[in-house]
Amino acid sequence: MQSTRRPKLAVWKFGSCDGCQLSLLNCEDELLTLAGAVEIAYFLEASTAVTEGPYDLSLVEGSVTTPHDAERIQEVRATSRHLVAIGACATAGGIQALRNLADVGEMTRTVYAHPDYISTLESSTPIAAHVPVDFELRGCPVSRHQLLEVVSAFLAGRKPLVPAYSVCQECKRRGNVCVTVAHGTPCLGPVTQAGCGAICPSFHRGCYGCFGPTETPNTAALSDVLRSCGMSGPELVRIFRTYNTGAPAFAAASAAAEKRGGPR
Amino acid sequence: MTHQTRDLSLEALSRVEGEGAMHVVIDGKTVTDLRLQIYEPPRFFEAFLRGRAYTEPPDITARICGICPVAYQMSACQAIESACGVVVDEPLRALRRLLYCGEWIESHVLHIYLLHAPDFLGAGSALELAREHRDVVERALRLKKVGNHIMDVVGGRSVHPVNVRVGGFYRVPTLSELRGLLDELRWARDAALETVRWVSTFTFPDLEVAHEMVALRHPSEYAVVDGRVASDRGLDIPVDAFLDHFEEEHVAHSTALHAHRKGGGRYLVGPLARYTVNHDRLPALAREAAADAGLGPECRNPFRSIVVRAVETLAACDDAIGLIEGYEEPERPAVPVEPRAGVGHGITEAPRGLLYHRYELDEDGAVLSAVIVPPTAQNQDAIESDLRRVVVENLGLRDSALQHLCEEAIRNYDPCISCSAHFLDVTVERR
Repeated sequence: MQSTRRPKLAVWKFGSCDGCQLSLLNCEDELLTLAGAVEIAYFLEASTAVTEGPYDLSLVEGSVTTPHDAERIQEVRATSRHLVAIGACATAGGIQALRNLADVGEMTRTVYAHPDYISTLESSTPIAAHVPVDFELRGCPVSRHQLLEVVSAFLAGRKPLVPAYSVCQECKRRGNVCVTVAHGTPCLGPVTQAGCGAICPSFHRGCYGCFGPTETPNTAALSDVLRSCGMSGPELVRIFRTYNTGAPAFAAASAAAEKRGGPR
Repeated sequence: MTHQTRDLSLEALSRVEGEGAMHVVIDGKTVTDLRLQIYEPPRFFEAFLRGRAYTEPPDITARICGICPVAYQMSACQAIESACGVVVDEPLRALRRLLYCGEWIESHVLHIYLLHAPDFLGAGSALELAREHRDVVERALRLKKVGNHIMDVVGGRSVHPVNVRVGGFYRVPTLSELRGLLDELRWARDAALETVRWVSTFTFPDLEVAHEMVALRHPSEYAVVDGRVASDRGLDIPVDAFLDHFEEEHVAHSTALHAHRKGGGRYLVGPLARYTVNHDRLPALAREAAADAGLGPECRNPFRSIVVRAVETLAACDDAIGLIEGYEEPERPAVPVEPRAGVGHGITEAPRGLLYHRYELDEDGAVLSAVIVPPTAQNQDAIESDLRRVVVENLGLRDSALQHLCEEAIRNYDPCISCSAHFLDVTVERR
């Protein structure tokens, strides 16, 4: 039936929770169409059938945390025409990048009875720290709509339409009352990249930054607002140290809060 | 009889969540070594939970698993509320159960149709299945979407919901938001019944396991969000006694810890265990469907777990409909929870089996220590035991067929290796 070759799509997993690749399977209305438009050539979670590379588009979930994975990502890059990092682990090192601030040996002893059985790196790093990446899609987890947009864009040979502005713009468009202005609820919306659909404020909750920093975020000004909402110094440190703790703007904001201190 | 040396290698076991490996050495007719290896890179959740506020574990531990985040959120909330001496209002508990129904439907349908059914139908994937049975795969995707939709409405999104907090929710859904789910849920209940019938027509290899079946048990419900820990051998303990009866061991070949019943017994959690312990608590509709599908009051064949998952999907759809029909907006979205020094335990039924959390808090609510026991770690020993039997009882099979059967035996447990582990590399060596 097909006279032209369908592009080959591969989905790879590194240190992660599987939630971003699950987002692809959660595109219930589009999955069969997608499977017609591309050849799903490597997607172990969904299929036993594996086609050899090279692949036209590789989606990479997860961060690099072991010596083995540091080698494997090189192989993935070598066999991929385009490589897109998906999710907070792949773009910022994920929550497991909290180890970068700690003593990994001590952490291993905390969790495992025989630390000598465990092979791990001192840090959890994003894919771009190891190989060139063609696009980074943010989110913990990624938005399935944005994921489809990225796949479609690469198939069509155009730039993905993924805005770099803040959650505030989505929140306004959704017609939400600002949780900070109206209720004094601490919210990272002003410094966090859009894409989720401003879900947290829609549920009367402040944004907790799972899409990572927006373009040119003013975290210093927001930190003052957060303190005036009643956030303590340690709380301010912690709110920037979650799923995107390794993103430079959030890492700097938490370090600044730590340096300034403040009441607990 | 020839004493042959055969080396079977399978690069990767697919259609499981996460990555691991299996190594089997067969010497003549004896399995001399068999290990399910779990390679998932360690992520150290229990270590970096220390020092976080008591309000944070539900969001943080959700990130252990993108397939069952609600389970992590619910076990964490229960443990922390218990440490703080709080019990949530009944309407909030009901709403938690509804959210959990969404996760059960989504996760079970994913496993039944996308991961497990291809084994019984000789297909490599559900997408391959769709070429001949498009209607079946369309039913699967629509049914899965209903589960995700419940999670979107109650939790804000299906992967890592944002609306769960210690004490309850940030905002409770309106009656009209929930009623908007009913039409699709009624369709889903019919589709789940069809699913039970469909999977019951598959051919199942013979395997009866003697493992102790361990699950939560509730006085009136098919236990999901709370209960006592019970087994088919008479175990009946409160949640906070879990670690007195079960222990974890760290073995060399795995980043997941192996759990055992203290005193050495092998046990099993998940659909087979829940069904066997709680058959009498299933809604009548699900119990009848199970009987029609050829299940008795207990199920000990792991290959039939696909039927049990379908029965549980039906029960979850039925339960969700009842919860929505009986819904009245709670007066408050959350019960206030003030921190205090203490220890709390929580157990809920993740789709793959019981999930235990324990937190120790200081007087300001900072986490001093955390212990998490995921279902796949508890089942690892049982999976290895089943594999051993499958290999021994099927030595006459050709290598490729035996490999395939081994993979299926692993998939029976829907192992969520992300909760504990990476890819499953199956190696069977014959000497």
